[in-house]
Amino acid sequence: MSQTDAAAMEMHSATGQPNRKILMWAFIGSECMLFGSLIIVYMVYRGKSLVGPYPEELLNIPFITVTTFVLLMSSLMMVLALSAVQRGDMKWGKIWLFMTALLGLVFLGGQVYEFSHFVHEGLTLKTNLFGGSFYLLTGTHGAHVAVGVIWLLSLVFLAQRGRLTQANAETVEIAGLYWHFVDVVWIVLFTLIYLLV
Amino acid sequence: MAVTEASPAGASHAHEGTYSGGLLSWITTVDHKRIGVMYGVSAFFFFLVGGLEALLIRLQLGSPENTLIDPDLYNQLFTMHGTTMVFLAIMPLSAAFFNFIVPLQIGARDVAFPRLNAFSFWVFFLGALFMNASFLFGGAPDAGWFGYANLTSTQYSPGMRVDFWVIGLLVLGVSSIAAALNFIVTIINLRCEGMTFMRMPLFTWMTLITSFLLVMAFPAITVGLVLLMFDRMFGTLFFNPLAGGDVLLWQHLFWIFGHPEVYILLLPGLGIISEVIPVFSRKPLFGYAFVVYSGILIAFLGFGVWAHHMFAVGLGPVANTVFSAATMLIAIPTGVKIFNWIATLWGGSLRMKTPLYFALGFIAMFIIGGLSGIMHSSAPSDLQQTDTYFIVAHIHYVLFGGVMFALFAGMYYWIPLVTGRMLSERLGKLHFWIMLISFNVTFFPQHFLGLHGMPRRTFTYESGLGFEVMNLMSTVGSMLLGASMLVFIWNVLRMFRKGEPAGDNPWEGSTLEWSIASPPPHYNFRVLPRVSGRDPLWAEDTSAAAPGDDPSVPEPHMPGPSYYPFVTSVGIIVMAGGGLTLTLPVVFLGVALILFGIYGWALQPLEH
Repeated sequence: MSQTDAAAMEMHSATGQPNRKILMWAFIGSECMLFGSLIIVYMVYRGKSLVGPYPEELLNIPFITVTTFVLLMSSLMMVLALSAVQRGDMKWGKIWLFMTALLGLVFLGGQVYEFSHFVHEGLTLKTNLFGGSFYLLTGTHGAHVAVGVIWLLSLVFLAQRGRLTQANAETVEIAGLYWHFVDVVWIVLFTLIYLLV
Repeated sequence: MAVTEASPAGASHAHEGTYSGGLLSWITTVDHKRIGVMYGVSAFFFFLVGGLEALLIRLQLGSPENTLIDPDLYNQLFTMHGTTMVFLAIMPLSAAFFNFIVPLQIGARDVAFPRLNAFSFWVFFLGALFMNASFLFGGAPDAGWFGYANLTSTQYSPGMRVDFWVIGLLVLGVSSIAAALNFIVTIINLRCEGMTFMRMPLFTWMTLITSFLLVMAFPAITVGLVLLMFDRMFGTLFFNPLAGGDVLLWQHLFWIFGHPEVYILLLPGLGIISEVIPVFSRKPLFGYAFVVYSGILIAFLGFGVWAHHMFAVGLGPVANTVFSAATMLIAIPTGVKIFNWIATLWGGSLRMKTPLYFALGFIAMFIIGGLSGIMHSSAPSDLQQTDTYFIVAHIHYVLFGGVMFALFAGMYYWIPLVTGRMLSERLGKLHFWIMLISFNVTFFPQHFLGLHGMPRRTFTYESGLGFEVMNLMSTVGSMLLGASMLVFIWNVLRMFRKGEPAGDNPWEGSTLEWSIASPPPHYNFRVLPRVSGRDPLWAEDTSAAAPGDDPSVPEPHMPGPSYYPFVTSVGIIVMAGGGLTLTLPVVFLGVALILFGIYGWALQPLEH
């Protein structure tokens, strides 16, 4: 969405909040229902698989703890990026945005490794209910991370071309809202899938 | 809030230019009024398609052991009738009103995200074509509009029919969620000065509540549809009982969406009725706050009653009792609204125009539908009625007798604002009487057919069961009901040739959409209005609420047209087509179009 929707139309804001920020919050509300439904599916099918491999045989908690830590650190990078852009420090703004995307990519790399390892161990979408619900739930989350990474890299590119400046801090803030939300979802998934196995 | 006879000071000459321009200007438009018109016209087209499917169903059921339509085609017809009416007719007809009316009612120049709005429309329109294209490629979906697992599995539904349904609904979901997010932001943030939440017109209120329902309810069916798609395309086992899959999970996900969906269909209609009745009674709405809070309560309770669609599956006495009680509770806020409308009419100086006819018809028919709803909110009673024509009668009393009457009230009320011309009162009332009588002839006997045990979704029945006369009645009624639509279409066509100019505020309405010319100029308000109460145009002083189209004030800058929303929606449909046939290059082409569209969109300035 353009940065100038509100400005170009001389629209005032009845709440004092920018349109795009309210849009992102409402979208996050909708996303909560999406992940909520997927989590319900996973929980309903927990322990219902008739054949293995079962979660307790496969899930590598130490490994995922590391990638979880990486993803959480990316949220810290995001905070630093926004703070830099808000004070007009575009050099560090770009660096922190890039670091956020990079840590997101590391997390995704971990997921790719995990998925291929599981497939190697004989767990595919078709193997059992665990396979289907695990890949769908964590895969949907991974797709959200991937979209976030593309978004962040686009912002870095725009900043490089001088089209993202202090005046567009709101754009970074909204990307940040999305990124933090995706992180929070992972904390829930990490707890439900890995810690409560 | 005194009722004044004077029409507001501000309105001026009509703006015919709002709709001028060629096909390309319609494809690239971001004007909420033009998008509203496109929603309205295409939704009405699909309403006729769904109606035609219903007439074929009725023709088949007109006599026992009829062979006009074979069981296979019959299954496609009732599936597509339900799907079309819910997703391609009633929801987008409501969206037409959201688009055209809401920005005007809150005193805004457009929605918060005009291009997202165009995107929503094009995704809906192309998605609707996609869904109906199934008729040309091996047959339409045939597993019912509810698509119960595991009838939808590849084992029982081979071929692409159910795939069309799954992917089509996923696409339509994108459109609905995008539109709902847009209206949430629009209503929260673009209200004009002085328009607090408790001064908003009821229709805007119900749009806001409906939008929240949409963004909260659609994800549940999205997940259900994705599970089903994975089962069908990638061999997952979600709904495969042999592998431990639970077919009831589908029903839960579907109805967690499906019951709020009922209120998504209904609440805009309740909003329209709450606009029409005060204007034609010349009285402010009785108990405004009660009507608003009842709407919120209906939406809230609507999330807690889904399992009343599942009484017969054996969830157990505790679940059935809880869901029975919750369902009965909904009768309270609904009843509150009906009493408020009646109290508004009471002692009013009634102007018996066509919109009021339809509003009164709505109240009567909706009460009948509500009463049969209370009957099967009781689980033991529902066990007798489930899957019979009693349920068919009930849903048509609430969705046709209720929602469609309300939507027609809205059309007769607002079409003069949209086109600047009046519909014929004579034809409008003719339409009303034929529709009211034939509707009851069609659907009232179905209550008895159901109680006598006639099952729904079955292509024929044997003679000698006592079903013949009432089925014939129903079929004759449905033909007349179809004919009543011809009267409406004739009325609209006649309006373009002979319709009286509407002038400004022909009904002497109280809300801001009537403060400007009909049809409105493309920028809506040259000077943004300011309100200091409900019913601003019925206030003693309307100068702030209707500042007028003063030509000495420069025209406001409006967002320029954009073809990116259209490109992005085409990309989504291309991707859907690739997914349907599992051709990866087509999927990638779709993704490329979407990316091109989104980046172009994000980088294009709104004004140019």
